[in-house]
Amino acid sequence: MSSADTFEPKVIAFVCNWCTYLGADLAGTSRLEYPHNLRIIRLPCTGRIDFNLIIKAFENGADSVLVSGCHPGDCHYTSGNFHARRRWILFRELLEALGIDSQRIHFSWISAAEGTKFQKFIKEIVEKTKALGPYNEMKEIVRQANT
Amino acid sequence: MPQQEKLQQKAKEILLEKKADVVIGYGKVETGNIGAVFITDPERTGELVWNNLCTTNLSVYLKRKEIKKLGKPCIIVKGCDAKALAVLEIENQIDRSAMTVIGVECFGVQDRCEPQYKCASCNVQLPPHCDFVIERDTKQSAPQGSRYEKLEMLDNMDSKERFEYWKQELSRCIKCYACRQNCPMCYCDVCVVDKNRPIRIDTSATLKGNFAWNILRAFHLAGRCVGCGACSAACPAGIDLDLLNLTLAKASEENFGYIAGVQRNVEPLVGTFSPDDKEEFIR
Ligand code: SF4
Ligand code: SF4
Ligand code: SF4
Ligand code: FES
Repeated sequence: MSSADTFEPKVIAFVCNWCTYLGADLAGTSRLEYPHNLRIIRLPCTGRIDFNLIIKAFENGADSVLVSGCHPGDCHYTSGNFHARRRWILFRELLEALGIDSQRIHFSWISAAEGTKFQKFIKEIVEKTKALGPYNEMKEIVRQANT
Repeated sequence: MPQQEKLQQKAKEILLEKKADVVIGYGKVETGNIGAVFITDPERTGELVWNNLCTTNLSVYLKRKEIKKLGKPCIIVKGCDAKALAVLEIENQIDRSAMTVIGVECFGVQDRCEPQYKCASCNVQLPPHCDFVIERDTKQSAPQGSRYEKLEMLDNMDSKERFEYWKQELSRCIKCYACRQNCPMCYCDVCVVDKNRPIRIDTSATLKGNFAWNILRAFHLAGRCVGCGACSAACPAGIDLDLLNLTLAKASEENFGYIAGVQRNVEPLVGTFSPDDKEEFIR
């Protein structure tokens, strides 16, 4: 078996408490199976998902990151996701200029009713990450720092 | 009359009329170089210097406690520095009614014996947002360069090459934070990187910590950086921080039509939103 077949990526998901987290919950209670590669970190709102957390996730060995929350207009705090969206638009460009792999950072709006969307999207992310392989460039930097 | 003399006269006038307690300007400093001087005595305004070595963005001193203690400031700015004042104003960091701003018409300054990058695309030779503007007797036509020209270098690389480039560059960062100290918009009382409970940015000068730090610094200036170049000029490692700042400036302009420092009566770009913000990557 080649390592591509055995590689189990680590995917970190930063999700808001009110929509995507409940979407994940619904997927669970509906017995919709999705890959176990996901580690969910629940935050109050996408507005709280500091860009630095994405970097931290990679520093801690993530091969892909997902950031997800309520659909525009549905934020529990009215506008957290609008603020977040504006920041993401800019942040992606910075990462692009630095050569950080944007194929490994995913964004979505998933509501509490969208258990199926959650399941499908996670499957897709994990498959894509398997195809990309481990994020070795980042892991190398972390290894250097730790030795 | 030479521009420098006109400037000295104006500064003297302002101190004598008690419109300001201290003039923040350029002059000879101990090292023999041109740097910031703080003049409180009207009789010493003759020490003010104005030439193409006046590279520092003096607006950075407005945030310093020891300078605030000197009283009401009168600050001397180039056009590019004046943009920083506009940003500080919309972020409620300065009170324009409690200060005087003298702008000096500028045809370019030097950094380490080379013309500064920003000067080749300068569109504020005659400074905006000022109370007084000291003009030159002889004029020059505006430069035709493009502000984002430098980014072509990154555009011509693929993602992997860019990462390699930044690995090379950032491996030299020594975490001295001179980039932060010299930025007028880095005015946080306690910078995130100095907070240690929890440690959010690895403080070691390893690639891991250096990437995290430079990403944080650049992104905290998103939609706020005016491209004065003070951070790059201060970096002892010669890292071209302009490239990161310009990337975000370009993204702000392209996505939101926003150029920091141009207008005084706008809301900050980051910290506000529009329900109509457009993107194509959120699923
Ligand atoms: S980030 Fe650099 S170029 Fe931008 S305003 Fe601050 S010092 Fe000037
Ligand atoms: S880097 Fe960020 S936290 Fe630090 S002083 Fe600048 S704006 Fe403030
Ligand atoms: S000035 Fe240069 S070396 Fe110092 S912290 Fe900033 S990037 Fe690093
Ligand atoms: S609470 Fe879900 S995005 Fe704000």
